[in-house]
Order: sequence, then structure tokens, then C-alpha cells
Amino acid sequence: MPAYYLEVAVVLLGLVLLMLEAFSSASDKRFVGHLALGGLGAVFLALFVVNPTPGTSPFWQFYTADSLALTYKGIALVCTMLVLILGLDYIPVLEKYTARIGGRSAWGEFFCLPVFICAGLMWMASAIDLTSIFVSLELVTIAFYIMVTFMRRNVGSLEAGVKYLILGALSTGFLVYGFTWLYGITGQTSLMGIADKLDSGTVARAPALFSFALILVALAFKVGAVPLHFWIPDVYQGAPTPITAFLSVGSKAAGFIVATRLLAPYLGADSLSPTATAILLSLACATLLVGNFAAIPQTNFKRLLAYSSISHAGFLVLALASGASGGFGLLPSQIVAFYMAAYLCMTLLAFAVLVVVSRVTGSDELSAFNGLHQRSPLLAFALTVAMASLAGVPLTVGFLGKFFVFGAAAAHQLWLPLGFAVVGAATGFYYYLKVLRNMYWNPPASSPATAIPLAPLTKWAMVLLIAATLVFGVYPQPLLHFLR
Amino acid sequence: MAAGAPARQSALAAALVNLVLTGWVVLGFDYGHGASFQFEASRVVLENPRLGFNVGVDGMSLVMVVLTSLVTVAAVLVRPVKAGGEALYYSSSLLIAAGAMGAFVATDLFFFYAFHELALIPTFLMIGMRGSGDNREAAWKITLYLGFGSLVLLAGLAALVTSASGTGLTTFNMAELRELAPKLAPSVQEPIYLTLLLGFGVLISLFPFHSWAAPAYASAPAPTAMLHAGVLKKFGLYGLLRVAVPMLPAGFHAEWIQSMLLVLLLGNILFIGLVAIAQKELDLLLGHSSVMHMGYVFLGIASGTALGYSGAIFLMFAHGISIALLFALCAQVREKTGTLQMARLGGLAKYAPFLGLSFAMATFASIGLPGFGNFAAEIMVFLGGFAEKPVDQLGSLQITTILALWGVVISAVYMLRAFRQVFQGEPAEVCTRAGDLSGLSRLPVILLLLALLATGFFPELLLQAIRPFAQALAALN
Repeated sequence: MPAYYLEVAVVLLGLVLLMLEAFSSASDKRFVGHLALGGLGAVFLALFVVNPTPGTSPFWQFYTADSLALTYKGIALVCTMLVLILGLDYIPVLEKYTARIGGRSAWGEFFCLPVFICAGLMWMASAIDLTSIFVSLELVTIAFYIMVTFMRRNVGSLEAGVKYLILGALSTGFLVYGFTWLYGITGQTSLMGIADKLDSGTVARAPALFSFALILVALAFKVGAVPLHFWIPDVYQGAPTPITAFLSVGSKAAGFIVATRLLAPYLGADSLSPTATAILLSLACATLLVGNFAAIPQTNFKRLLAYSSISHAGFLVLALASGASGGFGLLPSQIVAFYMAAYLCMTLLAFAVLVVVSRVTGSDELSAFNGLHQRSPLLAFALTVAMASLAGVPLTVGFLGKFFVFGAAAAHQLWLPLGFAVVGAATGFYYYLKVLRNMYWNPPASSPATAIPLAPLTKWAMVLLIAATLVFGVYPQPLLHFLR
Repeated sequence: MAAGAPARQSALAAALVNLVLTGWVVLGFDYGHGASFQFEASRVVLENPRLGFNVGVDGMSLVMVVLTSLVTVAAVLVRPVKAGGEALYYSSSLLIAAGAMGAFVATDLFFFYAFHELALIPTFLMIGMRGSGDNREAAWKITLYLGFGSLVLLAGLAALVTSASGTGLTTFNMAELRELAPKLAPSVQEPIYLTLLLGFGVLISLFPFHSWAAPAYASAPAPTAMLHAGVLKKFGLYGLLRVAVPMLPAGFHAEWIQSMLLVLLLGNILFIGLVAIAQKELDLLLGHSSVMHMGYVFLGIASGTALGYSGAIFLMFAHGISIALLFALCAQVREKTGTLQMARLGGLAKYAPFLGLSFAMATFASIGLPGFGNFAAEIMVFLGGFAEKPVDQLGSLQITTILALWGVVISAVYMLRAFRQVFQGEPAEVCTRAGDLSGLSRLPVILLLLALLATGFFPELLLQAIRPFAQALAALN
């Protein structure tokens, strides 16, 4: 089966859901979420029977189905499904901040639009042409503009939406401008053609680097790297929590697959590679520093996760920049993809706990987690695993990600960036364990502690994520096997 | 059934099963081939880079495995002071023990490193939730220090693995790395060795990276302190002997690194020894004494002789048992009298004779009196420094050894003084109400004391396992 059937199926699923949502007379729109989940689950299963070798027709010049693309499609699908599960838990909050229309709930689209975002993310994973990259990127970004402001009666959500819209549009501008320069100097839109042209040495160095810088600005915005990280804490805090999770994982993953593909021609060209690597490395060091140190004083869990997201972008950029051969026998693109899969497990686990806790306590502050282990041992354990993995405690999948990045840096003798990574990771121990302090050391706010009820779907999703975090941390072979 | 009993019973059962399995390994071990790994098993978890869940024991790991099993049983037998939360209490102890055990039997560098970190979060939770005094501050300090130290170690290990593997398949197999790494140029080996020494050094509380240890052990609940000070801290020393010394011989023998290590270990023995004398509270005194004794192990390693290595490994065992015993008894003193300020205590032996007697024996062991394992170990460490030179030629190692001998006097001063203040003299008011240890709570004390006496009177029990390993290691140089 050709890979693009999957995207077609996802788009069709989204359209059907939109129609159902619009014309259904049911007052409760939960079924939209369940249908979306089922549909995406079927597509995810179909992913395993896709034939990964690209064909020869002109179509394949802007679409690839290599193992990297399939991995990222898997990440997009799993991420979207988990976001939908989080969304089902989040309905009481949506109910509060959206007006009912004619007695019917107005949050049905909350379960349709992520499906379109998913299609965009999957397209991005396969895009190897400037035009297809741009179109799929915009599909994702525009849908996100809507999702971030979804809670129309919440000022924070609206503020986040405006910030995201303005900065997003700005970064899109940078991207298009960079693309025009790139097209102007190479005369190509296909990344393969561009790579050949840049490597041939016939292209002038200054304009090539200029286009590199422009594109890097846009990508830094997408993945949340310094210097375009300013939007992350505010938007993450204001957006509906499931969408924050989506931005943090889905959007970042898409940013990194695009970065992997777009930056490869620059990093592979002999004349440009040293400068491009140096720029990327300094970006990585700055991101590691800012993300980790700014996370220290945070008292709001969503903002903490926002800075955590920035710091992980630092590790990922470091992996991309550490040299063409990677480290530990893994290519940079494989390390990044593995890291993203790890990041998906642990970050969505953290967000899943946050959604439940903030629904019960009405707060995203760290203090809302006080005494959580007495109220719900499962939630506390889930968050402990997530935090341990994010901090990079061994025997979790998050550690392996960091381990491979360290290996890549050590293999290319990048001692200074490696030092930044060590300091950043050590800082992470502090702010991630702060959450454990609240859960285990501090007494619960209400005494005696009241138990927290969990929906079965959420519970099983959490158990699955805990298992994935721990099992892949010890036995990563299945994940990496998929990547080769 | 009392609350928390299921957790207690299952933890005890797990620890006993562990002890029985250890006994099986001890009996089946081929002591003639103590330098090579036995009871090996492996499972590849990642093809490229090659990660394997490989385990096995040689002479050195066997000793550490026995240490871990013994201290685990003793630690699990210590009841929590506060009721409630037993499941978390016992599972934390078992996780710390499992981390140590895993690190000692791993023959793959990745799992060797990974298992050690298993203890990080349980320790953090236990000290923060159930500790005493400035426990929260101490919990942060130990966690951040050890977290940072292990990341430095990770960077060093990553450098070691990538440099040694070169262009071939990246391997974490210790046996393969032992073949590959010594071939690296000295200029490559030295910085990697230094990074490893610093990383391990933080975990061992090498001076000047020691400040986390004493407050953390003082405020930790008894089982955490026993397992951490007794067992887990030996991981760093074990790592030096397992990884750094055999794989990077040029780094180990580099003059400047060796001199630096000698100065730092004297800091451990003499400076921390003097700090220990100044302590007013029993738990902090024990914490500092534990830091101080690490200096002797470093001295044994630095000697580079088979005798010195044997002494170092022997001391890792003996010190592990004696410090675990002291922390267990110290917690009992706190529980019985409500204080550990030595000025407020006195004459406790009269009211708690068993506690007094066992504390006295643990004190003698810690000072290094003959009859206890510590004596056998320390004498080997000191003689190891002179093993390869005629007595009339003094190098820096020999001078360091002579200076380090004064540490024995220092530790006699603070330990005997502490014993006199707490257990002898005019009975203090808090002590008159104290009862003695009874029934089951005597069990961990007896178990650990027996181990110390057995190794003290029959050092060959351990030496038959240690000697082949130490000789093989010394033969590498």
C-alpha cells in the first residue's frame, strides 16, 4: 500500500467527522472524539503494512516514504490519539469556557481539527520539496491558530492565540523568504536537487548562508529553540491543556523532521557545513542554557513543561548539529527521531496527569500536586515516571535519548557543547524533582485526602505510556528497528 | 494483621530470597578463576550500538554482592519510625538495593551505569519524606550532587566508549572495552580518566566533593543511610577498579593525576577526620567518618599493587558492613532517647546493655581493631603502599601512606569519645527512660556483627575471592 493513502484516509476521516459534528442532533458530542480515536487507530495499524520504498513517478519527488517518514507518521498518529484522549478528559473545562449553542455543546470541533493537524504532521514527515513542506506546515499552523484560542471565554486562551498567531505569521514570513532565496540560488524546489546544487560548490556562499539563517529562524520558532522561544511559556500556559501537549509534542516533532530534511543539504555541503554547524551548535548551547535555567524558578506546572520543552529542543538541536556520522552508530536523524518518540511518551504522560489534576483542583500550579501520592498513587507514580524520564534518569526512555545525544557529541569531540548538555541535564534534575517534592513530601491541601477518580480510557492510556517509558528505556531495539 | 505488615513481610521475603541466591552463587563460585566472570548471562537489547543486558560475577563483584545482600536484609529488618506509607518505605529500600546489586553484577557499561541511578529517586523521596533535621535541604543536596556527578561520569563513559570503539561497532561490553581501550594514546586516556575520576569521585564523596554525604546520611531514615553509605557509595570505588583503572592504564599512571589523587585522599582522611572530631551530633559524626574512610580505599587503589587493591576491596566490604551497623544503631539511639546530641546523652549502656555492647563493637571495627574485618583491610592498604619499594626509599605514595596512618589515631579519638559520651559516664536524663533492643530488632545488628567478626578472624573468606582479581588487575600495569 502506498504511504499517501494514510494521509488521504486521515483527511477523509476529518471531513466525515466535521459533517457528523455539524449535522448531528445529539447534545453530547463525545462520540466525535471516540470516532476520531477509532479512525486514527485504524490508520495507525495500517502504517505497519505500508511499503516503505518510494516509487519513481514525478509524485515521489516531493513525497518520500522512507523509514524516517514512517516513524514520524507514527509519532503524529499516536500523539493525536493521546491528545484526543486528553481532550475527552478536558471536556468539563471546555464546557465552562465555550457557550452552548441552542442547547448543544460547542466543543465538537475540538475533536475534528486535531485530525486535520494530524494529516498535516504526517504530510510534513514525508515532504521533501519546498512547496510540500510549506503547504503541510501551514495546514498544521492554521489549525493550531484555531485550537489555541478554542476556549473563547477564557482571556488566557485568547491572549495565547494572539501571541501564537502574530509570531507564527512572522516566522512563516521568514520561512518563505528563506525559501525564495534558496530557490533563487539553486533554481530547485526539490531538496534532492538543492542538496546536489549546494554540494557542487557553484553556489555563492553568502546568499546560501543567508537563506540558511532565515530558514533557521522559522524552524527555531517551530521547535521552540532560542532565540525564538519567547512565545512558548505564554502560549503553553494559555492554550487548552490537550492542545499544549499537542503543540509540545506534535508540532515539535514536525519541526524536527522538517529541520532534519531542510538542514541536511547545508550540513552536507563542504563549503557551508562548518559555518552552519557552528551556528547550530551555538543555538543548541543557548537553548540548553535558557531552557534549563529559566525552568528553575517556575511555580506553574504548564510553564515548567514549557521550559522543559525548550530545553529538550536544545538537546535535539545538539544531536542534529553534532556531525553527519552521529554517534554510537546512529545517524543524527535517527537520534532525533528516537528522542522525539521518547519525548512523546514522557511529555504526554505528564500532560495526562496534569489534565486530571487540574480538573480536580482547578489549578495548574505546582501546589495543586501537593500530597498527590495520598490522593492517587497511580497518578503520582505516572508523574514520577514522566519526570524521571524527562530528567534523564536511566532505565527510562528519556535517558536513552540523552545518552545518544551525549554519545554523538562525544564522538565528534564537541566538549564545550557536551559541557553545556551536562550542566543543562543536571539543572533538569532540580526542576523535575521539584514536582516529586510536591507530590510526595508535601501534605495534601485537603485533609483527609480525597481520592481522585480516573476514567478507564485515561487510566489505560497512562498505564500504556508508563509501560512504554520503562520498557523502551531498557529494551529500545523495537523502536530503533523501526527506524532503520 | 498490623497495618503495613504485608509490605514488611514481602520486602523481608524478597531480601531473604536474595540472600539465599547469593549463598548459592558463593557456594558455586570457582575461586581458582576469581579473575574472570562466572554465572554469566546475556541478552542483547540493542543491535547497534551494541547494548547487552549482560551479567556475571568475578571475585570483586562477588564480594560486593555479598555485602549488598547482607545489608539489604539488615535494612529491611529496621522498622519505620513513623507508621503509615510502609509500601513506599520498603519499596524504596529494595529499589536502592536493586540498583546497587544490578550495578555490581552488570558486565555491560550501560547497565552498570544505569542501575546505579535506580537509587536516585527513592533516596530523594525517603530523605524528604521520612528524614529528620534539615532533611529537605539534605535531600536536595545529595540528589543534585549525585545527579551532577553521574552526568559527568556519563560524559566520561560516552567519551571512553566512542574513542575505544573507533570506527567499529560501538560496544559497551566491558570485556571488549578492556581489550580496546588500553590501546588508546595516553593523551586520549588522561582526560577521559580524569573525567571518570571526578564523576566517580563525586559519588564516593572524594574531597572536596564530599559535602553532600554527611548531612544526607545524618538526616536519612536508617535503612536509606545503611544502604547508601554501606553499599551504594561503594559503586564509585567499584567503578574505578572495574572501569577506570583497567581500561585506562595510561591515565591511571599519569604522574599528575596520581599526585592529585594522593592530595585529595589525604583531604578525605586528615581534613574530614578533623571535621569529624568537631561534630557534636552522633549522626553527623558517623556521616563524616564514612566520608573519611573512603580515603583509605582510594589509597589502596592508588598504590597500584595487588596487596593494595585487595585491601581496598576488603575495606569496601568491611566498611560497608560497619557503617551500616553504626547507622542502624544510631537510629536506635535516636528512637530510644529522642536526641543524638552527644552532650545531652550519657550512660546509655547501663539502660540498654545490648545496644551499648554492639555499638562498642561497631566502634572498634570502625577504628580498625584486630578481630574485625576493617583491621585486615586497613593493614593491607597500608602495606600495599610499601609493597613494591624498599623501605628506605620514600616516594609520594609512601609519604602519603605514612600521613594516612595518622587517620587511625583521628578515628580512634572521635569514635571512642563519642562512645564514652553516649554510653558511659553519668546517666543523662533522656537515657534513664530508654529501653534496650529486643527481639527482632536485635537481628540485623547480630547479622552485621557476625559478618564483621567472621571476616576479621578469617580474612581468607573474602581474600580467596578478591586475590585472583587483585593480582590480575595489578598484572595489567
